[in-house]
Amino acid sequence: MKTWQCIVCGFIYNEASGDPEHGIAPGTRWEDVPGSWSCPDCGVAKADFEMVVI
Amino acid sequence: MASQPIVIIGSGLAGYTVAREFRKLDTATPLLILSADHGGFYSKPMLSNAHLQKKNVDGLLIKSRAQMADELKAEIRPHARVTRIDPLRKEIIVNEVALPYHKLVLALGADPIRLALSGDGAPDVLSVNDLDDYRVFRGALAGKTRVAILGAGLIGCEFANDLTGAGYKVDVIDLAPQVLGRLLPPASAAFMQRKLEEAGVRFHLQSSTVSVERTGGHHTVSLSSGTTIETDVILSAVGLRPRVALALAAGITINRGVTVDTLLQTSAEDVYALGDCAEVAGKVLPYILPIMHAARALASTLSGKPVRVRYPHMPVAVKTPACPAVILAPDGIAPGNWLIEENHDGVKSLFYKMGQELHGFALLGSSISDKNYLIQSLPLLD
Repeated sequence: MKTWQCIVCGFIYNEASGDPEHGIAPGTRWEDVPGSWSCPDCGVAKADFEMVVI
Repeated sequence: MASQPIVIIGSGLAGYTVAREFRKLDTATPLLILSADHGGFYSKPMLSNAHLQKKNVDGLLIKSRAQMADELKAEIRPHARVTRIDPLRKEIIVNEVALPYHKLVLALGADPIRLALSGDGAPDVLSVNDLDDYRVFRGALAGKTRVAILGAGLIGCEFANDLTGAGYKVDVIDLAPQVLGRLLPPASAAFMQRKLEEAGVRFHLQSSTVSVERTGGHHTVSLSSGTTIETDVILSAVGLRPRVALALAAGITINRGVTVDTLLQTSAEDVYALGDCAEVAGKVLPYILPIMHAARALASTLSGKPVRVRYPHMPVAVKTPACPAVILAPDGIAPGNWLIEENHDGVKSLFYKMGQELHGFALLGSSISDKNYLIQSLPLLD
């Protein structure tokens, strides 16, 4: 499980926890998050996220 | 096809987001971006959370100017100072050279407000408004243990939490009787204050800072209350003032910010403004979400398809790990009441307008998980 970080606001998407409040189940891998999903904190598109090495 | 470039003044989030969104729509029109600094891209909100994220200054730089220029197919000039705009001739003066534009975007940002302080240490007070400032601040922190922060607003509280987390002894001073005075009702502010105090922050509220004196190798900060604080580094976070001087000198209408309508258009033809320098339809909203929405609308307008910016409900996240917060502040003019529910690990405050319509909220601690449900309960915006 990896984590990804929004380049604009620092929001972290953790694959293990997903984003259930926006319909992304825990355990959803980043590549399976739909392209229409956007950062819940700042609204940037999925394509604008960067991967964070943990 | 226009041969003159679209010129964007400013390489902060507003300027770069317009450029990125514009390139999704138009890959041909030349784009020139003028940066007052190095022109690299970084996340400004991360500056007040950098210790928590275990980032040093260089780690905060996400992309260099060269990478940005490559990605955006843009010319990006670093350390470019625009001294004048001539909307009639459609040109700007940069480092004493006139450059023509097809359309001009002002993404100038804002300046930190400086308090008038007496004392020989007043010039040592720092503020962090960009990555270069942050580098200076981190340099000043090296080998030190104490920080005094002027201002208990969003940025002051975020820095306070970040610095206590990194082991610094932090004092926060504000004239207001509560933290986050512009965003929180008093009862939830008290909860936030308590959580930050438990994390080690010391607050000095209802106090103004009078003077800063150099005392040997450190500083003494004197407050109106008579209290003195011995500290090493002083950070001012008392607010921002939109940068309007360039527009004003060019005869462009300004108010608190550069005045624009919902097309982000200024009073001058083909000159637009967004972000922290702009007052969009009467509002200065120096937060991330309004910038993102404005940038998308403006990118479309610049590409030839005019789009008015429409904001959804835009809650502000406060990144204080001791007490995370999500706040949708009610309009200042709306009469109504706060309904406050507190439990031991969170506070949910709901603002109801007269007529019982939910109009805003302030969620602290565990109650932030109610955000999405509450946003759906809000009236739709037109």
